[in-house]
Amino acid sequence: MLTLYDVPFASRLLLGTSLYPSPAILADSVRASGAEIVTVSLRRESARGRGGEAFWRLVREFGARVLPNTAGCHSAREAITTAEMARELFDTDWVKLEVIGEADTLQPDVFGLVEAAVELTKRGFKVLPYTTEDLVVAERLLEAGCKVLMPWGAPIGSGQGLNNRFGLAAMRAHFPDVALIVDAGLGAPSHAAAAMEMGYDAVLLNTAVAKAGDPAAMAHAFKLAVEAGRTGYEAGVMAPRDMAAPSTPVFGKAAL
Amino acid sequence: MKLVVNGEERDVAAAELAAALAALGYGEATVATALNGEFVPKRKRGETAVKDGDRIEVVAPRQGG
Repeated sequence: MLTLYDVPFASRLLLGTSLYPSPAILADSVRASGAEIVTVSLRRESARGRGGEAFWRLVREFGARVLPNTAGCHSAREAITTAEMARELFDTDWVKLEVIGEADTLQPDVFGLVEAAVELTKRGFKVLPYTTEDLVVAERLLEAGCKVLMPWGAPIGSGQGLNNRFGLAAMRAHFPDVALIVDAGLGAPSHAAAAMEMGYDAVLLNTAVAKAGDPAAMAHAFKLAVEAGRTGYEAGVMAPRDMAAPSTPVFGKAAL
Repeated sequence: MKLVVNGEERDVAAAELAAALAALGYGEATVATALNGEFVPKRKRGETAVKDGDRIEVVAPRQGG
């Protein structure tokens, strides 16, 4: 069972709600994924459009916990104000904290991230920071009060998978008791399975499902991949070896 | 009085944020607000004064990753 900030979840897949071809396909995809946490955002609302209300009604029908993000924020100050607005609007003190530092890679600005995490924790938020696999930054985020860390697999929306497996493995090994979620950059179900086989507690993805030819089918594929990877991790994956080792007994082979 | 609402300059006759939102047509909309970059909770909009040149952000739930 996945536990985040003392809340248990049966599903280890967190799903984003953006970029789907239609609201109906989004709803089908959330259902097919089995996700119990979906990410949402805040954007400017026009007095005439009122697009936010329809979307919010749809999301509430999912029955999932919402995790508001601070996507697009480039400073701790912006992220903190966004988090405050999200807490009021979505009625949750959980926040996926993003402070973006670089436009091409959407790499987190880890300095702003730590600064915002410290302040938001003081204000009673439960912070899930989108970070890199840097162990020193991870330590700072834990010191700030974060109980969950979300290192990137690869740049957001890139579909590259796990760009730094060594770094992610080191992070897993270094923080055996911290809930770790690979967030961003996953493209194929096999990427999610690989993260789960490494012992990651969950994965968070969006584009890989939303931009698939059949998003609901892909959501289901990711659900299966996450379950397969987790089950494999719990079962204990064999250590690889350099040379072949026959699986069929050598003893008793007929002499022909 | 000129207010910059979601990046656009608007002429609004209002003394407080709540009145400004009503004048702009937001009524009972599901929105959160910030004044000059600082969050203003819904319960404080009625007592939060606005002045010429203030920047107001009005946001609502949207799709997110």
